[in-house]
Amino acid sequence: MKRRNFLKACLIGGTTIAMGKTNKGWASGSFEGYPESMGVLVDTTRCIGCRSCEAACNKEQNLPEPDTSFDDKSVFEEPRRPTAKAYTVVNQYEKQKPGGPVYRKVQCNHCNEPACLTSCFVNAYTKTKEGAVIYNSKVCVGCRNCMIACPFNVPGYDYESVTNPVIKKCILCYDTRLKVGKPPACVEICPQEALTFGHRADLIKVAHERIRSNPDRYVDHVYGEKEVGGTSWLYLSGTEFDKIGFDPSLSNDPIISNVKDFLGMVPMVLSIWPALFSGIHLLSKHDAGSEGHDTESKEEDR
Amino acid sequence: MSSYKQLIVAALSLGAISVSNPPAAFCAAVPDSVTLNEKGTLYKPFSFNHAKHIQQLKECAGCHHHTTGTLVLDPECARCHQNSSPTAVVSCKGCHSSKPFSPETLAEKHADKQRYHKDKMGLKGAMHQSCIGCHQKEGAGPVGCQECHPRTAAGEAFYSSSRLGAKPAHAKEH
Repeated sequence: MKRRNFLKACLIGGTTIAMGKTNKGWASGSFEGYPESMGVLVDTTRCIGCRSCEAACNKEQNLPEPDTSFDDKSVFEEPRRPTAKAYTVVNQYEKQKPGGPVYRKVQCNHCNEPACLTSCFVNAYTKTKEGAVIYNSKVCVGCRNCMIACPFNVPGYDYESVTNPVIKKCILCYDTRLKVGKPPACVEICPQEALTFGHRADLIKVAHERIRSNPDRYVDHVYGEKEVGGTSWLYLSGTEFDKIGFDPSLSNDPIISNVKDFLGMVPMVLSIWPALFSGIHLLSKHDAGSEGHDTESKEEDR
Repeated sequence: MSSYKQLIVAALSLGAISVSNPPAAFCAAVPDSVTLNEKGTLYKPFSFNHAKHIQQLKECAGCHHHTTGTLVLDPECARCHQNSSPTAVVSCKGCHSSKPFSPETLAEKHADKQRYHKDKMGLKGAMHQSCIGCHQKEGAGPVGCQECHPRTAAGEAFYSSSRLGAKPAHAKEH
């Protein structure tokens, strides 16, 4: 009897868990992005590597003077990543290839479902309705979880200050421009219009239209349309994306999907498990206290 | 090539006669030089030698699309504009906005689902792509920023030009 009651209780508990799972009672739903989200379409076939976007970003965000001038082309010798002092960098690829080198601007891609936001336990990150992923440096404790979580290696850490640890990255010029409908500084300065600013939904159509009307010029893919659940920054390329520094291994599932099911169980564990195990404990106590003795005595009588 | 040129000239003159638009649109004096980047803050204004480009290219449509009355060259454009009549305005800025990403322009684009020319470039993008693109293709003409328009003092500061001496710490020595 004791074992039977225990198994029964376990079965009930298990069923509850299974039912909850199918109902998605605690699993968060997928997010397609804000409908009015803005974005930037980067046409890497147009970029000439002038680094004007880097200079504009530096001035707009009041970043420290660069180590060398923005005219310095020697920075292209090695691929760079964004830092706390430079929210965007331009890298050079395919140097030996006919048709010249290919340039690609790197900055925060402003994911629809940002991994940095998910990983931050002090809620320093916010995805705004305009599409920008911004952060509150006042609450940042400098744990650098977001740096590990980001699939694009974007957030930079400010190692300069010991007392005020802070993560820094592109915020799509949210405070100074995006909020009032203006394009980011990098877009505005780009001489080649390699960067196109607009509604994300419109940009996706424009990107596919450019591929359709110029099939020889582009690879038939818009990077960022679906990768990691979609990003506000979208890219067109004339060469395979992995050749110009993009990670082709990223799935279309947002990073949060890797942990969503597991994290969804946490509230269940906290709410159901205490009651469940208390019940099991009480049942077993009950068995041991009353029925148990009777059974044992009956068995002894035989 | 010369016969094609004659054809274009013929087409132009025919067009000029048959189209009832004010002839001023056609016969407006073709400028020998155009001052570009007039309102530039980072780069100085400069004079574009229009006459020299006409002599070298001969094809108006190479830069002016279908707007001048010469045959359209881009097959993508020709699908609709094969027989389009020339427009009253042929200057770049007549069509290409200097503020392509202003809130008003974006809202208008977003609202108009029927618009075909959704991807019309801004003035700056159109001119740079036209100039640099052709110069690269032909292997002639300036492609660097300051080869066309030298920087202003504000421009030098903007690009931190004075910090050209030092090499970045990560750069390898050759």
